[in-house]
Amino acid sequence: MTEQTPRLRLAGISKHFGAVQANNDIALEVAPGEIHCLLGENGAGKSTLMNILYGLVRPDAGAIFLDGKPATIRSPHQAIELGIGMVHQHFMLVPTLTVAENVILATRPLLSLRRLGESVIRDRRAIERQVGEVAQRYGLKIDPAARVSALSVGEQQRVEIVKALYRGVKLLILDEPTAVLTPQETSDLFKTLRDFTAAGLSIILITHKLHEVMAISDRVTVLRDGKVVGRRVTRQTDTHELAELMVGRDVRLTVEKRAAQPGAPALVVEALTVLGAHGRRLLDQLSLQVAAGEVLGVAGVDGNGQRELALAITGILRPDSGSITVEGKALTGAMPRQIADASVRHIPEDRQQMGLILDFSAADNFVLKQFSRLPFTRRGLLQPATILAHAQRLIRAFDVRTPSPALPVANLSGGNQQKVVLGREIDSNPRVLVAAQPTRGLDVGATEYVHKALIAQRDAGAAILLISTELEEVLALSDRIVVLYEGRIVGEVPGDRANTQKIGLMMAGVQAALQPVERWGTNTNEA
Amino acid sequence: MTTVTLSRQTGATLWRNIALPLLAILAALLVGALMLALSGFDVAAAYGALWSGIFGNARNIGEALLRATPLILVGAGIAIAFRCGIWNIGAEGQFYMGAAAGAFVGLQAGALSPWLAIPTALLAGALCGGLWAAIAGWLKVRLGLNEVVTTIMLNYIAIGIVGYLVTGPMQEASRYNPQTDEIAAGMVLPRLLPGMRVHAGFLLALLLPVLASILLFRTPWGFALRAVGYNPVAAQHAGIRVNRQYVLAISLSGALAGVAGAVEVLGVIGRLYENISPGYGFTGIAVSLLAANHPIGVIFSGLLFGALTTGAELMQLTAQIPSSMTFILQGLIIAFLVSFRALQGRVWPRG
Repeated sequence: MTEQTPRLRLAGISKHFGAVQANNDIALEVAPGEIHCLLGENGAGKSTLMNILYGLVRPDAGAIFLDGKPATIRSPHQAIELGIGMVHQHFMLVPTLTVAENVILATRPLLSLRRLGESVIRDRRAIERQVGEVAQRYGLKIDPAARVSALSVGEQQRVEIVKALYRGVKLLILDEPTAVLTPQETSDLFKTLRDFTAAGLSIILITHKLHEVMAISDRVTVLRDGKVVGRRVTRQTDTHELAELMVGRDVRLTVEKRAAQPGAPALVVEALTVLGAHGRRLLDQLSLQVAAGEVLGVAGVDGNGQRELALAITGILRPDSGSITVEGKALTGAMPRQIADASVRHIPEDRQQMGLILDFSAADNFVLKQFSRLPFTRRGLLQPATILAHAQRLIRAFDVRTPSPALPVANLSGGNQQKVVLGREIDSNPRVLVAAQPTRGLDVGATEYVHKALIAQRDAGAAILLISTELEEVLALSDRIVVLYEGRIVGEVPGDRANTQKIGLMMAGVQAALQPVERWGTNTNEA
Repeated sequence: MTTVTLSRQTGATLWRNIALPLLAILAALLVGALMLALSGFDVAAAYGALWSGIFGNARNIGEALLRATPLILVGAGIAIAFRCGIWNIGAEGQFYMGAAAGAFVGLQAGALSPWLAIPTALLAGALCGGLWAAIAGWLKVRLGLNEVVTTIMLNYIAIGIVGYLVTGPMQEASRYNPQTDEIAAGMVLPRLLPGMRVHAGFLLALLLPVLASILLFRTPWGFALRAVGYNPVAAQHAGIRVNRQYVLAISLSGALAGVAGAVEVLGVIGRLYENISPGYGFTGIAVSLLAANHPIGVIFSGLLFGALTTGAELMQLTAQIPSSMTFILQGLIIAFLVSFRALQGRVWPRG
């Protein structure tokens, strides 16, 4: 493998966004016919690197060599011409067109009406035959005449792959390709990928699932904090070593807190199941308990059911089965308002979309859950003076930097917006607080503020469910930690840094890989 | 505007909501003048006629108020829907349903005391317009159908129903014209001033927008409605029942259009006939937009559009300029306003 000219060589690639060094002097080599895994946590810099390769992002420094020749890639169009194809996690397909139409889209100049007529109307059959031939040559089962909207997720992914193959790519990048697939579809995909490499194609697979790395790749490069922290030949490594490379880190974050004094269980979730499209289990028989006065951290890679867990507990999403109990009161399937009344509060993962009405003032956002109650409404009329006084008190208490409580919160910084959410949710001393990604996108100062506020709530006796994809944050705040993987709790450890590697393994699904369970609904394979 | 709990508005919002519409009107008049000049008309004479058509004498002013009445009522309704994030393009159909209901009561209840009969007729109009709009609301929340499409379709159906009524079950006794008999004299809305046609319905057009404004900005229900309009996801997270707000908002919107229809029958026309509305339901959208969807502002933009209509009629009589000039001016005003707002949004991203 090493004697050949590498299909792709990256040298010294660096890229920063603001103060964040997303890629730092990265080198990478992919041989012809190789499957190369790029492994790393959320935010390790995998996506940035691939976006550079695909011409979506310009690097600050570094060089790209394709088959030994230096290349400059300024756009995806150019990347395709150079033989680089990319299958994004979110498909770029037109659902109302057929498979064949999606494949030839953008391969012909659409501005020429004559050519358009030729390609879309007269040559429809010929195109379908051509696309069918390409699919068949690589052993991809797909009906070129089918409408994309009628296809399953796995089939749509195949369309994306055919799209790349049709354009004659030599290097195919797959970004988290199994995140949306059922196990059956995943094993079909892996079989297909091996067929590709037999035909000389090189593949870069972005993933954070260790068993997939072990199952499919020839070599693996591990990224952490924008840097390459290890290169291994897959056969000569194991999941433990890779997990350590992936999560091993210096301690960057500490929060002062005394030992928790947990009381009775305040939040009890039992066998919670939420089904998604095609019967996929977004939450699978998930059970957990949070006691009053403790922080239960839920660690896990993004997209393993975090969102559904928070939304099911707060009543936004109706679970398909299972139960939710707060201080002995059954709340399964209750309306969001009833759940809030049971003193369950929620810091949603997306404050701008879910937490705030950006066009409303801070004052109005503070009363968003109570505006129709006393003292904010009397005799059917809102009481502006009371609402304003309430806002001024919270602005002081939570140190919200705003020139006026009447200013729309869209004008505030992210940290101050989060303080408005925080003020609204914890001012009432909740019994249960569900904090989802509470510091996402915040600067250091605001992050510290939010962390202190959460610990203060814990010490005041609240049960806190901290759902975060930032492992560092979970480690710093939690009294106990559970790991969420594919909608299930795959393990629990005390909130102690000694367990970092174990958590890393569980986050990467190693535990799950060791215990194959029938986890999927029976109807997952219907098209 | 957005920061409701506090009536104090920032300078930028004031600027946005008062200065920009005035600028748009000015720009529209300038472009209108250019168009008139290029078409070979005497601009001074034309605008002179427009002016005296509006302000020339007391009768003309009264006529402008008369024309403004349905526009204000419809516009206030559309503003409520817009505040909830709903495009009610169906005010025209809701107006027809309200007119039909008003005419029905007007024809049947003549024996009752007007103090009872007239409010009954208006309420019937509100009810029918509201229920008609509620269909679109229901289709939106139950089946996920876009209200723009359904309200437009419901317009055609409503116009068709009125067409059927006035040629069938409600047709006049002589069965000659496609219209109903005249409503009882006691049912006609009283005129406000001698020598003018403007009637008590205009008072309603002053009162209802004020009530709508209180509802939107001073009640918890209006708070929830606006929260949904700005961000239905966050509203849902806060425990607001989003679907219920949608149905209530569009129903109320339809009720105001329905009242407008009943008022038009009881106050001006005195009977129901085919094509009873010259597009009030659609002009109402422009009236609401010009007022930045504020019910109080709708009073002023409705008056402006009403005045343009009467002014243009005199322009046609004395300067031989087609009265369709009104529609051109209305269109220009809205086009300029929308562009100015977009431009201002670039200069001042968050006014």
